[in-house]
Amino acid sequence: MVGLIVSVASGKGGTGKTSIAVNMAISIGNVQLLDCDVEEPNAHLLLHPEIIGEEPVYTLTPSIDEELCNHCGKCSGFCQYNAIFSTHERILVFPELCHGCGGCILVCPKGAIKEGRRRIGTLKRGYRGDLELVYGELDVGEPMATPMIRYIKRLIDKGRNVILDSPPGISCPVIETVKGSDFCILVTEPTPFGLHDLKIAVQVLEDMAIPFGVVVNRAGIGDRKVYDYCNDRGIPILLEIPYERRIAELYSRGIPFSLEMAEYRGRFRKLFSDVERLAGG
Amino acid sequence: MRRVTVLSGKGGTGKTTLTASFSILAGKAVVADCDVDAPDLHMLLHPEIVETMEFKGSKLAVIDEGRCVRCGLCREKCRFNAITESFKVDRFSCEGCGVCVAVCPVNAVVLNERVSGYAYISRVRCGFMSHAILNPGEANSGKLVTLVRYNARMVAERENINIILIDAPPGIGCPVIASITGVDAGLIVTEPTASGIHDLKRALQLLKHFNVLPLVCVNMYDLNRDNTGKILSFCRDNGVEVAGEIPFNPKVTEAMVRGETIVEYSPKCDAADEIRNIWERISTLLELKK
Repeated sequence: MVGLIVSVASGKGGTGKTSIAVNMAISIGNVQLLDCDVEEPNAHLLLHPEIIGEEPVYTLTPSIDEELCNHCGKCSGFCQYNAIFSTHERILVFPELCHGCGGCILVCPKGAIKEGRRRIGTLKRGYRGDLELVYGELDVGEPMATPMIRYIKRLIDKGRNVILDSPPGISCPVIETVKGSDFCILVTEPTPFGLHDLKIAVQVLEDMAIPFGVVVNRAGIGDRKVYDYCNDRGIPILLEIPYERRIAELYSRGIPFSLEMAEYRGRFRKLFSDVERLAGG
Repeated sequence: MRRVTVLSGKGGTGKTTLTASFSILAGKAVVADCDVDAPDLHMLLHPEIVETMEFKGSKLAVIDEGRCVRCGLCREKCRFNAITESFKVDRFSCEGCGVCVAVCPVNAVVLNERVSGYAYISRVRCGFMSHAILNPGEANSGKLVTLVRYNARMVAERENINIILIDAPPGIGCPVIASITGVDAGLIVTEPTASGIHDLKRALQLLKHFNVLPLVCVNMYDLNRDNTGKILSFCRDNGVEVAGEIPFNPKVTEAMVRGETIVEYSPKCDAADEIRNIWERISTLLELKK
């Protein structure tokens, strides 16, 4: 079979992306879950997978041979990210600003720059039954999440359904995560903050031409404006999860609530089949 | 001048609720909303914009179809897979590096500046607010955060205000780093959940890495008292001051729906009470009152 790639995103943080991604993954079975929130990965805290592999993740960065460098300044002049600073006597590289484009190597007339690599984090793979979890942990102090997300996404298993748990927000790490998805589930809460950030996320997905639908988490708190907005815009509300203390408590203890509240497993399977239908059409 | 950043690692723990409340309690302050991806502070503070500026944070490659000879060099050399089969630039993938411009044999590619967002300076009831909005899907939120912080500082100096309150985005990556460098203290808002604890530890490491004085507060502490206990003892063992524990109170969401801070909407409720205590501790610590 050819699987579906479904990302789970939200503008606002803490709306329940990871909880939805994990509970859906458990309910549908035989799935690959990629936790792309490399700054604060949390899916493993709910899944408690058996870790079968761990490897360092590197990004490319220039390494300069000072013997060959004639301090012409072409590389620093080229670099759009100010990652190379050069004077007539010295040349300095600021690796944490480097995007790894390789342009400095191309423009160096002396062949003094080679591709070096720099560690940015750790990739982990594990299993819980037939559910495969891949996640990355960005090293603390490391600003660049995007290369790590790209690295995780190279491991997408096209033979299965794949769920991508996105970081919050709408900037580069989110774009990198949702890019190439067949469908995106936007998780929101029915509050003014939830609605405001949902609208921003909707703009991004419409711009990227990725089909999407909404899951309303903590239904019952706040107001009705998220529903009004979705109705007006014809955005499908795929599932509502009421605010229940039991769900919050299970989450706090690191337990996916659908394991203890079996009625939700059917709801998550229905959610996924709706997604399959909407993604196809 | 004193600068305090409210951060969290994990999203949705209550950063904005706290920052907005602090600004009211401070009486006079400059507030900086550094969550430029999904800014929410304006919904509680209702800023009146006095100054708007364009933010040009990155560039975008543009291919002149008339000149392009479809040799494929740009596509081969682009590390970001930003050149499509039909020699168009995918703006969601392009990082504006200029490699395509450098390799094009017929000068068919140029780098254009793109307006990736707007920064604002506004009046709010406690003083001033520096904020911004990143255009959806744009890169370089870290640079925009730096602009928001620069504007906050400029306004504080101009208006002779001695406190800047910074609302950070979630996470620990580039825009968060830009929100915490050089501040006097970082208040981490956490919640007593497995993820909250995990993310708190990473946020503490981040503050340590950048030499920022850490403070912790537990929001909705009564959701799971065992976990709150774990957070408190972890902080004690690591010499981190706990500034307070805020109880769960539905009034906090009610206040948000009304577009008010909790300390104004329901000043006598237990949550508002604890937020005032936390602000007292921060002010004492930073010697804000003289």
